[in-house]
Amino acid sequence: MSAEKTYAEINERIKAGKAVVLTAEELIDLVNEKGLTEASRQVDVVTTGTFAPMCSSGAFLNFGHSAPRMRMSRVWLNNVPAYAGIAAVDAYIGATEVPEDDPLNNNYPGEFRYGGGHVIEDLVAGRPVRLKALSYGTDCYPRREIETTITLNDINDAFLFNPRNAYQNYNCAVNTTDRTIYTYMGTLKPRLGNAHYSTSGQLSPLLKDPHFKTTGIGTRIFLGGGVGYVAWHGTQHFPAIQTDAQGRELGANGGTLAVIGDLKQMSPRWLMGTSYLGYGATLSVGIGIPIPVLNEEIARYAAASDAELYAPVVDYGTTYPERQPGNLGFVSYAQLKSGKITVNGREVPTAPLSSYPRAREIAATLKQWIGTGKFLLTEPVQLLPSPADGLSGKPLNG
Amino acid sequence: MAPKKIVLRFGADISGNPVIYRLVKDYDLMVNIVKANVNPQKEGTLVLELTGEKYDQGLEFLRRQGVSVQALTREVVRNGDRCTMCGACTAICPTGALFIERPGMEVRFDGDNCVVCQLCVKACPVRAMEVRL
Ligand code: SF4
Ligand code: SF4
Repeated sequence: MSAEKTYAEINERIKAGKAVVLTAEELIDLVNEKGLTEASRQVDVVTTGTFAPMCSSGAFLNFGHSAPRMRMSRVWLNNVPAYAGIAAVDAYIGATEVPEDDPLNNNYPGEFRYGGGHVIEDLVAGRPVRLKALSYGTDCYPRREIETTITLNDINDAFLFNPRNAYQNYNCAVNTTDRTIYTYMGTLKPRLGNAHYSTSGQLSPLLKDPHFKTTGIGTRIFLGGGVGYVAWHGTQHFPAIQTDAQGRELGANGGTLAVIGDLKQMSPRWLMGTSYLGYGATLSVGIGIPIPVLNEEIARYAAASDAELYAPVVDYGTTYPERQPGNLGFVSYAQLKSGKITVNGREVPTAPLSSYPRAREIAATLKQWIGTGKFLLTEPVQLLPSPADGLSGKPLNG
Repeated sequence: MAPKKIVLRFGADISGNPVIYRLVKDYDLMVNIVKANVNPQKEGTLVLELTGEKYDQGLEFLRRQGVSVQALTREVVRNGDRCTMCGACTAICPTGALFIERPGMEVRFDGDNCVVCQLCVKACPVRAMEVRL
C-alpha cells in the first residue's frame, strides 16, 4: 500500500531535520533501484530547477520621494525606459525593454547588448544605476525633472514579478530554409544545421508536476537565488499532455507560472542580463520548485526521466512565424541531450539554451535549504488550471 | 614580406572547391595551413599564413567565391565567471572548440581548436566569450 503524507507532516519532518529530500535526478536513480512504491514511501520532497532566458520578467520598483515631490510619468534606468503609468514613484522595468537609441535590427542581426534584464542584473549586483525621470508637474507633485543615481539598497521596494516563467516544456527549434535565422531560440543555421532546445528536461519544475497536483498559488520556490512564490498561473498557461499519432503519452507541455519575490534577497548569479542576436534583450532566471511527495502518483510523475519527456520539433523558418500548426515530430530529452537528433531523415546536432549544470545547482541548493530546515513547504492557497481544464490559446485576428 | 595570418570560413557548397590550389596557382601565394577543420555539416574553417605579391587579389578571389575572410590578429577567451554553461554556443562554434561534456552537460572550451572566427562572441547570450587583442 502506498504511503500518503500531508504538507503538515512533511514540514514537521523538515523542522526536525528528518525530512528525506532528493533532487529529481536522485529520485530517478532511487526509483530505478528500489521501485516506485518504496521510493515514494521514503522520500518527502523532490527538488527541481531550471535556469534559462525568461522574457516575461521584470521588477516593480519604488524609488522614494524627492524634495520637492515628483509624480514620475516617464522613467529611464541606465537609459532603458521603465513603465511609469502607475503611482507617483513606482515603475516597472521589463526584461526585454531596450534603450530608445538602440539600433535594434536596423543593423541586422542586432546585438541588443543592454536592456531591462541587464538593468535588473546591475541592480541585484549592487551596481549604481542612473535614474532619469520626467513629469508634467502638479500642485501636489511640482517637480518636472530628475537625474540621479540609485542602488538597490537605496530604494524602498524592489520585487521581481514575472508574468510568464518556468515554461513547462518548450519547442526544439530548427530552420529548414536556406538562410541563417536569428530567433529567441538562438541562431539557427540553414537546412537543419542545428537544433536548439530550452528546458532542463528531467529537472524541469513543471515537467515533474504535469497535472499541477502540488504547484499552485502560494507555493514557495527558489527564485533568482532568493525565496519567491507562485503568484498565479502564467500568461498563456495552456497545460496539456502531449500524445503522438498512436496516442502514446509524451509528457506535458504548455503550463506556465507567474512568480514573485523580493529582489533585494536575490543574486546576480541567478538573474543575468541576456542578449539574443537579432532578437532582443531578456533576463535569464533561475527557478527551483519543491514537490512534496504526498503520494505515489506524485512520485511517479516526479520520477519521469529524460527518456520519457519529449519536445516537439518546430520549424522557426517557416511554420512558426506564420503560426501554422504542426511540427516535425517529437524527440525525447534523452535524444536531445545526446547531441544529435534525426529530423526529416537527417542527423541534426543539438544544443541547449537552458543550462543543465545550473539547473542541477538550483535543485541541490533548494535541497540544502530544505534539509537545513530554513525553507518550509507551503500548501497552495488554490491549485492552478491543469490539463483536465482543457485550456487553449486564442488567436488574435487582425 | 612577412606572412599574414587569416581565417577563412566557407559553407558546404564550397568545401569541394580547390580554392587553395587556385591561390597558389593563379595568385602565386605561399600558403601555410595553420589549422583546418570541416565539421559534420561540411562547413569549413581554415587558418592560413599567406605570403606573396598578389595577396590582396588572392583575398578578393576568395571573397568572390563566397568565402568569409578575416584577419587573425586576436584571441577569443571565455570569461568563466560569466559563462552559465548553457550550451547555446556549442552548435554555432564551427570547430568544436566549444563543446558539451556528457553526461554532466558541462560546456568546455578548448582554445587549441579555436580559429577565432568570433561567431560565439555574439551568439553567447550572456556575452561570456571575449575578444582579446
Ligand atoms: S553560450 Fe556563453 S554562457 Fe552559454 S555555454 Fe557558451 S560561452 Fe557559456
Ligand atoms: S571563435 Fe568561438 S566559435 Fe569560433 S572557433 Fe573559437 S570558440 Fe569556436
